[in-house]
Formats: sequence, structure tokens, C-alpha cells
Amino acid sequence: MTGPTPVPSVPPVLSVHGLSVRFRMPGGRRVAAVTDARFDVAAGECLALIGESGCGKSVLASALLGLLPGNAQTAGRALLGDLDLLAADERTFARTVRGRLIGLVPQSPAAHLTPVRTIRSQVEETVAELTGVRGRTALREAAEAAAERAAFPVDHLDRHPHELSGGLAQRAATALALVGDAPLLLADEPTTGLDRDLVDHTVDELRRHVDKGGSRALLMITHDLAAAERIADRVAVMYAGRVVELADATAFFGPPGPRHPYSRGLLDALPDRAFVPIPGLPPELGALPDGCAFAARCDRASDACATLPPLRGEVACHHPHAALTEAVDRA
Amino acid sequence: MLELRTVTAGYDRRAPVFRDVSLSVAPGEAVGLLGPSGCGKSTLARVAALLHRPDAGALVLDGTPVRRWRHGAPRALRTAFGVVFQQARLSADPRLTLADLVAEPLRATGRRAQAADRVAELAATVGLTTDLLSRRPHEVSDGQLQRACLARALVLRPRWLVCDEMTAMLDASTTAALVRVVEDYRAGTGAGLLAVGHDRVLLDRWCDRTVEWASVVPTTRN
Repeated sequence: MTGPTPVPSVPPVLSVHGLSVRFRMPGGRRVAAVTDARFDVAAGECLALIGESGCGKSVLASALLGLLPGNAQTAGRALLGDLDLLAADERTFARTVRGRLIGLVPQSPAAHLTPVRTIRSQVEETVAELTGVRGRTALREAAEAAAERAAFPVDHLDRHPHELSGGLAQRAATALALVGDAPLLLADEPTTGLDRDLVDHTVDELRRHVDKGGSRALLMITHDLAAAERIADRVAVMYAGRVVELADATAFFGPPGPRHPYSRGLLDALPDRAFVPIPGLPPELGALPDGCAFAARCDRASDACATLPPLRGEVACHHPHAALTEAVDRA
Repeated sequence: MLELRTVTAGYDRRAPVFRDVSLSVAPGEAVGLLGPSGCGKSTLARVAALLHRPDAGALVLDGTPVRRWRHGAPRALRTAFGVVFQQARLSADPRLTLADLVAEPLRATGRRAQAADRVAELAATVGLTTDLLSRRPHEVSDGQLQRACLARALVLRPRWLVCDEMTAMLDASTTAALVRVVEDYRAGTGAGLLAVGHDRVLLDRWCDRTVEWASVVPTTRN
């Protein structure tokens, strides 16, 4: 929330235009996992992509990293500098993207780290692979420096992943993600299952890496609204594969509040707010309605919602909440 | 009354996870147990739900100490508990459809005949559609699977519910929905609840009283 305001003349680190992902399923079924997603992430900025599980957030991350399975079809563009990630081949991803242009902070560090090798050996391998450092002593020093950057205690480097607490394993994974000095950090549910103190600590560290130098951008995919509120500059809300709202984080979590009824519902479900669930379930991505996918669960739905609302301005809804209604009501 | 009296438990007798913990839950009461990860609160929840034999101390249920655990516990006692775990994926047999998953406790206790009705009733309660009931765990989201796991915990109408980080993997809306299902069930049946977690805001909102892990463990002898 304290990040520098993006300057319009500087191109964003990541620019996603009309990104769609379809999965071809047996029997000719098609699953629309992501549809027409568009957003930018600027240098020094943290964009939180939030939404319920199964809304397509992680598929979007996989698309950016070239990790989609073989039955996926993509459309649109995702520009990282001059490179269109959706048109890149596996060789490009392996040699220039993963670790070098995009550092991935994984969902489950315990599953991301190799269980049979020490953290030191994994950091050294990553350093050797991604940087020009050569020679045993130099590698050892570089690995220790990398661990320190992620606040991983150097005296724990000789441990195996199972000997680390959840927080330290998360830092080890973050250390690996930072080694390549990638302009884009992609954190996919970095706080799932961690307790609140660790969540705060983990996201604060991610924020710190973005603030340091100001040239790095962070795309954090999460369903943890408290974590998003803590560090995000902007918020993109995803529902049923579409970005339905793009908002400034302060306005989104603060008095004006979100404009899309779905985003409001998500915030109202928080235990420190109304603690009221959104009725119903998200629709199946293989059988989306023609109109607004949220209409069936929405108390503002009308006949107009049978047609798909485009993302106008910052919100894709026929009946959005006014930008300042609540603030005016309270005044 | 569900009482844990100076319970010591763990996975190695020489190094128990915790010593001399005492905690009680009255009928109809909702108690939240709050602690950081790794403190032993899940092990305590397992003891309270008859799933783990403590090394010392007693679990006293309505005045009677529990003597047998896990499969050895008498059926009437075992079925008095409904348990929901943190990781729905790990607590659901991947070969069963969600309908079979919810009906499993009925089958295991010879009440197969009730299965169809009870499953339909509970599916509506937890918000699962008919279409989802015919799927297997890998075909549904974490939130949908946890809804089925909660239905399974309620299917035998337990007097006690033990929820171990039931919502830690879930989004805000699913969390609020599942807590509401638990509270509606408790309001209808007077069941007691032990909810274990690390989210103070959630437990304070959900439970009648929230107990800190540090307050149930006697100060360490050094």
C-alpha cells in the first residue's frame, strides 16, 4: 500500500491482454478456466489476484509460466517486456523465463523443495544455474548471500526440508525464487495453511523485495484477503475465470469498498466483518451461463444480467455499487 | 461434559508433544482452542475425538473415563463424535463419490437404508448440488470437498464435533458458509464443539469462548 505510484510513461513489467485458457476434455467438453483476463503489473507494485478456490487463479499462473498441460489452448497476450509468454516455446521458458524473468514463490514449499537434499545444495544448484558464479567457495558464498536476502538463517542451510518449520521452508523457497533477480515475482497462494503471524511475516517479506530497488513487480495469487489487504497496491478479483473488478487496494478494503457485488460478498464473509457467506456455489467452469456468471448468487441481479457485462472502467457488472455510496452514507 | 484431565500425549513416550493439558467442553458449548502451528493442538483434538490414545491422563465423557480408543472404542462412543480435519484431500477416500463419502459412516454402522435420504438432506444443508454428489474428490474443489467432509461428520448426528483447522485451506465465503452449517446443527441438536485453529478473529467470532494453548499447558518445568 506504500508502493510508488506507477508512472504512465514506464511500461508495466507484466501486461496481460485478453488472456484465455480452455481445456479440452474427453467427450468434447471444454472448460473455460480463464476468460479474457486483462491487467498490468508495474515495477514496484504488488497486484493481488483474489478469488475463491477453483476460479482459475492458479491456471492463470501456470499459463504465465508455460506449465499448462497438453490439453490446454490459450488466446490473448501476456507481455513480459517484449516477450509474449503465451507464444513462447518450452525452450524459451526453460532458458530465459523460469527463474530468470519470473521467480515463482510456490504454494507449498514442502512440496516444492527436494526432500532428499539440503537447502544449501538446492540454493547452490539454483545459483549455479541462474547466475555466472562458478567455483566451490564462490558458490558457497553466493548461496549464503541468497539465503540472507530471504532472511533464511545461514546456520540452517545444511538442514533437509523436513527439519524446517513451515515459515523457514517458505523462506527457503523464497530464497530460490529471488536468486535469478527476476523482474516479476509470482507468488501462488504463498500463505495457504500458515498461521497468522507467519502469513504476515511471509507477505511482508514479499513486499520488502518489491520495495527494494523498486524495479521488481509482484503478482500475488491468493484467497487470503487479509494477506492481500496487508501488502497489495491494487486488487484484481476473479470470478468464474474472469477478472470482474480491478481496484485500488485502499479503496477496495477501505470505506468506499468494492464495487462488484461478488467482491462485496467476499469481504462480508470475513469473520471480522459480517461473517455472512455468499449464497450458493460458484458455477462450473465447464458449463458457464451466457450472461453474468455471478447473477445466480447475486441480490442485485435483473434481466440485464442475462447478457455478459464487459469490464467497463474497473468493474464488470450491470449493477455495480457506486464508487462512493457507502462513504457518503456514513458521512 | 467432555473433559481432558491432565492429558499427556505424543508419538514417542520419551518425548511427548504436550504434558498435563486440561480442557473441558460443556454440552452445547463451543470452545475454540487457539495455538500456533506445531504446538500440539491437533494431537489434542485427536485425543478428544478418541482417535489417539494419550500416554497419561484421562478423557472423561459425561463422567465416565474413556478406556478404549480408535477402533477399539465402543461404537456408541465413537459415533458420538464428528470430526472434520484441515486437509479434506487427505481425509477423503479418492475412490468414493461424494455421495458415498457422506454415506460411509451410515454403511459402517449398518444403517445403509437411511443413506439416500440422509445424504440428500445433508447435501442441501452443506450446499452441495446433486451433480457434485456423483463426482469423486479429484473432480471437485477443496471447498466443495470440505463441504462433503462436514456432511460426513454430521451424518450420524454426533453429540460432539471436533473441527481441526476445518477452514484453514478455504476462502472467506466457504469458511463463513461451513461455520454457519456447524452452528445451525448445534442450535438444532445442542451438540458441543471443540474448534482448533490459529485464527483468533475467526475463533472469537465463532465460539462461546476461546482458549489460548498457553493457558491449557502448565508452565514448563525447567
